[in-house]
Amino acid sequence: MSLSVTLAHYLAISGIVFGIGIAVALAKRNAIAVLMGVELMLNAANLALLAFSRFGSAFAPGDAPLAGHVFVVFVLTVAAAEAAVALAMAVLVYRHRETIELDRITLMRW
Amino acid sequence: MESTGVIIGFWALAGLTVGSAALVFVARNLLHAVLALVLSFMGMAGLFLTLSADFIAMAQILIYAGAISVLLVFAVMLTPLASRDNGNSLFALPGLAIGGAFALLLMFIAVDVDWPELRGAALAERAFDDTIAAIGRSLIDRYAFAFQLASALLLVALIGAIALVREDSER
Amino acid sequence: MSAALDPIRLRAKLAPRALAGGALALVVFAALNVAIAALVVSGALDDQWYDFRDLGLGVQQLREWLDGRTADQPGWLTDVLRSTTWLSYIVTALLGATGILSFVGGVLLVLIWVERRLIGRIQVRRGPNRVGPFGLLQPIADAIKLIQKETLIPVGADRFMFFLPPVLVFIPGLLVWAPIPWAPHMTYLDTNVGVLYLVAIGSLATLAIFMAGWSSNNHYALLGAMRTVAMMISYEIPLALSLLTVVVLTGTAQLSAIVEWQSVHNVWIGMLLPLTLFTFFFSSTAELNRTPNDIAEAESEIVAGFHTEYSGMKFGLFYAVELGNAVAVSALVAALFLGGWSLFGLQEWVPPYLVFAAKVGAVYFVLVWLRGTLPRFRLDQLMAFAWKYLIPLALVQLALVAVEAALLRRWEGEGVVAFGGFILVNGLFTVVAVRGWARFLGYAPEREPLLRPMLTTGVGGIEAADRMRTR
Repeated sequence: MSLSVTLAHYLAISGIVFGIGIAVALAKRNAIAVLMGVELMLNAANLALLAFSRFGSAFAPGDAPLAGHVFVVFVLTVAAAEAAVALAMAVLVYRHRETIELDRITLMRW
Repeated sequence: MESTGVIIGFWALAGLTVGSAALVFVARNLLHAVLALVLSFMGMAGLFLTLSADFIAMAQILIYAGAISVLLVFAVMLTPLASRDNGNSLFALPGLAIGGAFALLLMFIAVDVDWPELRGAALAERAFDDTIAAIGRSLIDRYAFAFQLASALLLVALIGAIALVREDSER
Repeated sequence: MSAALDPIRLRAKLAPRALAGGALALVVFAALNVAIAALVVSGALDDQWYDFRDLGLGVQQLREWLDGRTADQPGWLTDVLRSTTWLSYIVTALLGATGILSFVGGVLLVLIWVERRLIGRIQVRRGPNRVGPFGLLQPIADAIKLIQKETLIPVGADRFMFFLPPVLVFIPGLLVWAPIPWAPHMTYLDTNVGVLYLVAIGSLATLAIFMAGWSSNNHYALLGAMRTVAMMISYEIPLALSLLTVVVLTGTAQLSAIVEWQSVHNVWIGMLLPLTLFTFFFSSTAELNRTPNDIAEAESEIVAGFHTEYSGMKFGLFYAVELGNAVAVSALVAALFLGGWSLFGLQEWVPPYLVFAAKVGAVYFVLVWLRGTLPRFRLDQLMAFAWKYLIPLALVQLALVAVEAALLRRWEGEGVVAFGGFILVNGLFTVVAVRGWARFLGYAPEREPLLRPMLTTGVGGIEAADRMRTR
């Protein structure tokens, strides 16, 4: 019986978290909750990148195996920037319409 | 990745991550959802540690659990009249279905594909011991341009966020 | 008050006895020191497990024994030990955790008394002196009182989130102690991302404090929490920048390696980077919610800030964590800026962990001193100080240090010359930048004080109190 943890395990966890992130982002009414779903999705992508970086055998010996880590650093940067701007937009929308429920922000529907 | 400690750690952290991520969906209060999200981030940082990505794990705790969660909380506090019940929208069922389909698809790919991965001794040999120096070196060497772009993006986001939420009277 | 209990007379009665006791203790201490010095010089202690200068050595040998690495012939015991190598990890981890926990617990019990007595002395009052000799049992009495008290839950509070924060602030309060290097081989978590670990752990408490304030369903608590969170995320930036400056200079983020660097080069980073030391110290007082930055619980403004509604042992936990974090920050300042366990060669003679503990005590004294003397900043002043003053100066200092570190790597002459130059340049930069930036921002210090310092010589103060006492 082989109990060892392999790449597939990490990718499966990453997939589940990504799915939950999509569900939260699509199903929630509050804009902030939607943003939380997006953060979950980015996190899942990070996990997949790191798992590939750890387990991947495609690298030549002299090649940088930490490319995945560097990519995650950039994802973290983008996530921070995105969270700041998105939350600023949520606050801005709230100032104009006194709500951040996406069902009720219907100004641009038609 | 065959030692008992890593296996127990992986399953415990995976349970924590997935469970609290699900709590984000289920929670009846927006602030409880933020708390569950932080817990999920922490579990994710633990998973990063099992992948011997210590620098990224610490950055994850610092950025997600320390900074983004506080941002979320601030945003909740700055929108006092909005509902805080973490309710679902009209697209709850389709959203859940799409999310579930994505999760199933990704899991199927993860299990089905025969990944060209390292196993056993070759994997143990590849444990990164000093990622922080290596990441730093590649950031200013090979990925220098991307690094500059990322910092420019951060600056733009900072200025943009300030410009967006500034009150008219402050101008 | 009866005459027998009058503290001044009691002191006069006890003074000769205390003097005799003190002299005896001094003699015993000196004799012990001479004996230890003789042992150290003779070399009998070197590399033995009972070399008390290095407790890590004993743990190392215990670990090798537990691994079954020391025995030549395999007996049944060796076989068992060799098959259970995980045992050594668990045992050493437990040993380290026990050591840290007992140190923190003991220090908390003593320091509550020390802090209150010291502040009392600074503010010309007596401080706790009723329970036990010199009031030494006061912390225990306080703890018993707090445990007995009922824990109230406010109406309308979010019960789950009200229960969590005292526990949640306690966890980082203990985790902070893990990477601190006590002696060359005495570090619980000797990770090469130690500095980043500290910043990450430090940022966790923010959310717990916010939860405490929000779940209390109380305006003062929410106000205090929002103030605290705003202050803490503002001051995390200069804190991280000052830590980054140290990392750039030493070229490593491992705390034990940073101390090692200072020991090898015989220099304290605090001397090389005075501005960084100030930035770190000031920002950490903000993270600690201590005077001059204690706006989180400013008693005269918002009752008790985020823990207004907490009573009994819940409040006790907040209080204990605050004190424990103050000691942890003292330890960090001592390790990062004041040379840690190294003392220019003296650590060969004195156990290094005692050197380290002495430095921690000295820094902690400065913290208590600040608390006893300084008034509180206003919230806007505090935020302006972080964003307009500390962050720009820290950034410029970081750029300067980057150049210096690059020069140091290429330097082939005497280390003394290089470090002397750095001290000169950085000292000059500190003076010029602080004065120049303050002037640029439009602040000029008073040349002539409008009021004579009445407090020290006039109506109150130590001298006045002395005069009244002797009269």
